[in-house]
Amino acid sequence: MNAPLKELQPNAKVLKDQTLLEAVNAALFTAMGNDDDVVLLGEDVGMNGGVFRATAGLQEAFGNHRVMDTPLAEALIAGVAVGMSTQGLKPVAELQFMGFVFPAFEHIACHAARMRNRTRGRLSCPIVFRAPFGGGIHAPEHHSESTEALFAHLPGIRVVIPSSPRRAYGLLLSAIESPDPVLFLEPKRIYRSLKSDIIDDGQGLPLDTCFTLKEGSDITLVSWGALVTETLDAAHELEAHGISAEVIDLGTIKPLDEATILASVMKTGRCVIAHEACHSFGVGAEIAAMLAEKALFNLRAPIARVTGYDTIMPLPTNEHYYMPRTNDIVEAAINTLQYE
Amino acid sequence: MYQALKLPLDQCHRFINADGTLKHTIDEQEFPLLLECYKAMMQIRIFDKKCVSLQRTGRFGTYPSVLGMEAIGIGVGKAMEEEDVFVPYYRDQATQMLRGVSLYEILMYWGGDERGADYQNCRQDLPNCVPIATQCTHAAGVASSFKIRKEKRVAVCSLGDGASSKGDFMESLNLAGTWKLPMVFVINNNQWAISVPRHLQSGAERLADKAIGAGMPGEQVDGNDVYAVYRAVKRAVDRARAGKGPALIEAISYRLCDHTTADDASRYRANEELEKAWEFEPVKRLRALLENKGLWNESQELAWAEHCQANTDKAVELFLNTEAQPPHAMFDHLYAELPTQLEEQYATLLARHHA
Ligand SMILES: Cc1ncc(C[n+]2csc(CCOP(=O)(O)OP(=O)(O)O)c2C)c(N)n1
Ligand SMILES: [Mg+2]
Repeated sequence: MNAPLKELQPNAKVLKDQTLLEAVNAALFTAMGNDDDVVLLGEDVGMNGGVFRATAGLQEAFGNHRVMDTPLAEALIAGVAVGMSTQGLKPVAELQFMGFVFPAFEHIACHAARMRNRTRGRLSCPIVFRAPFGGGIHAPEHHSESTEALFAHLPGIRVVIPSSPRRAYGLLLSAIESPDPVLFLEPKRIYRSLKSDIIDDGQGLPLDTCFTLKEGSDITLVSWGALVTETLDAAHELEAHGISAEVIDLGTIKPLDEATILASVMKTGRCVIAHEACHSFGVGAEIAAMLAEKALFNLRAPIARVTGYDTIMPLPTNEHYYMPRTNDIVEAAINTLQYE
Repeated sequence: MYQALKLPLDQCHRFINADGTLKHTIDEQEFPLLLECYKAMMQIRIFDKKCVSLQRTGRFGTYPSVLGMEAIGIGVGKAMEEEDVFVPYYRDQATQMLRGVSLYEILMYWGGDERGADYQNCRQDLPNCVPIATQCTHAAGVASSFKIRKEKRVAVCSLGDGASSKGDFMESLNLAGTWKLPMVFVINNNQWAISVPRHLQSGAERLADKAIGAGMPGEQVDGNDVYAVYRAVKRAVDRARAGKGPALIEAISYRLCDHTTADDASRYRANEELEKAWEFEPVKRLRALLENKGLWNESQELAWAEHCQANTDKAVELFLNTEAQPPHAMFDHLYAELPTQLEEQYATLLARHHA
């Protein structure tokens, strides 16, 4: 599932068996160590090291002037990050859960995303807004939604979602280096479930390309975030049915790397998009529209979406009914392949 | 760290000292009420302990205990009239119980089932509110509806010390003062917002002082003294009902538990502080007072504890034996009527889960 490790750079350390959380932590350590302008702020990020431990050890290492426990106020956190960034700092602002991003929305949409444009490039907002998101961990109300599309709709920001420890490390470093604001969404369902070795060499991964995790010729499966795990599982099951599926992890949702998806679908003629977010008006719809615009005559079957429902995420007892499963992706793929 | 714990407790309004002696006399007529408060506090403490253990054994969701803060919830609940509306945050099981939310409903909600918010009593009370401080704005809306309809009812809104940092709280406070709304804000100042101590939330010495800028009275009370809480909230509720406007009450207490079952407070909180805080806890002092007055004794204590345990066990059994909702429950209350456009998704869900 992961590309082979790159050649080791001098100074690079290999971190063994890292979880996605540890990868985020390692990227933050490296970014803060390399650049004094990188600062962290949020609720419980300092002394407690974050409610998921993503920022563990950072306040001890870099001091409370660079790792700041803020009062409980997301509008404040985002707005303060906007102000800091206009002065050349590179704030990494943690929103404790994506469900609590809404007070910050105004600052993301009305300021961070627009500052460069409004000032004709004089001021800018190189902020990373980090937030854990997604369902499947039996969390309380408002802790399980996937609302990436709300943000992908905004001009002027990037939306990045890693799906493995290595991509979390590389994409977060690039997000921090990005001269523009980035919403960095961390799929908390796989915070601790996936492990891989990471080369801690300070090298980022590109924010302008999707990742082709598996090559195939019969059908293209597109996904992002935690559901990439099920999508890969589905591809392997399809293999057993003699179906060769290509798997693309978006990585960066916005701006979308259309070229990689297009090239794949031109080749396979079939596409299933799998996402945990609600069905309608989402990132899946955007991909489908793009394919309809640019690859219609290469399509050999309708594009299918395997998604959550247009419902409120149920509380934990019934949460599993909402979540798309491997089998749903397999079925959609087999259906798609039935068209001639 | 001790500073936050000690200082306000010495200055704020209190009747019952930590050792059960009286700082101010309490009218004899009030003792039956105190006895009820004590019984309710015991019920919630026993129930709360069971909730934590249900979570530990994997039969419950993440749960925010009220250990150490029972007096606030019970004091608030006792001060409200049935026709008032309670607008809770998520650590308000004690008040909710007095409002008529059943232990079973509380279990259902924290056990991860929406039916736990369909209260069979107190039908107008708002459900638990997880997005911090947002409930304050709703409470202002509830109070506004009373005002518009000229009803003599009061909205009581509960929030944490951390929540007092949010704009929603300050904005609601401002509106309540401006429109003279019939509402009462109660801050459960348990000294911590997860790992963030009270002094990192605000430079103000007293959160109650936030009332000043909003043009309403603000009062600090010992939140571990149920009578002090009751008196302060009752006075504020009566005043609001009489059309004299809102008030803010800061109840000083201490979170004797982890933030929730998902938290480990030993990572950020000194054990000495926790041990010290147990000296001020609310149940013990009330028991001492009642015993001194000859209104309570060891055998009553044992019998009542057994009763509370039985209530708890009965509710837990019902909860554990309740069948989960069918898969399509997620569509059932989405809109007043299911839009036809959603029928296809509904069918997909049924097909996937063979229901
Ligand atoms: C808007 C929002 N941001 C963050 C959270 C996550 N969170 C849940 S409880 C909590 C701390 C609340 O502290 P306080 O208001 O003091 O209430 P307490 O839990 O101590 O009773 C936080 C940050 C949330 N629920 N809502
Ligand atoms: Mg608190």
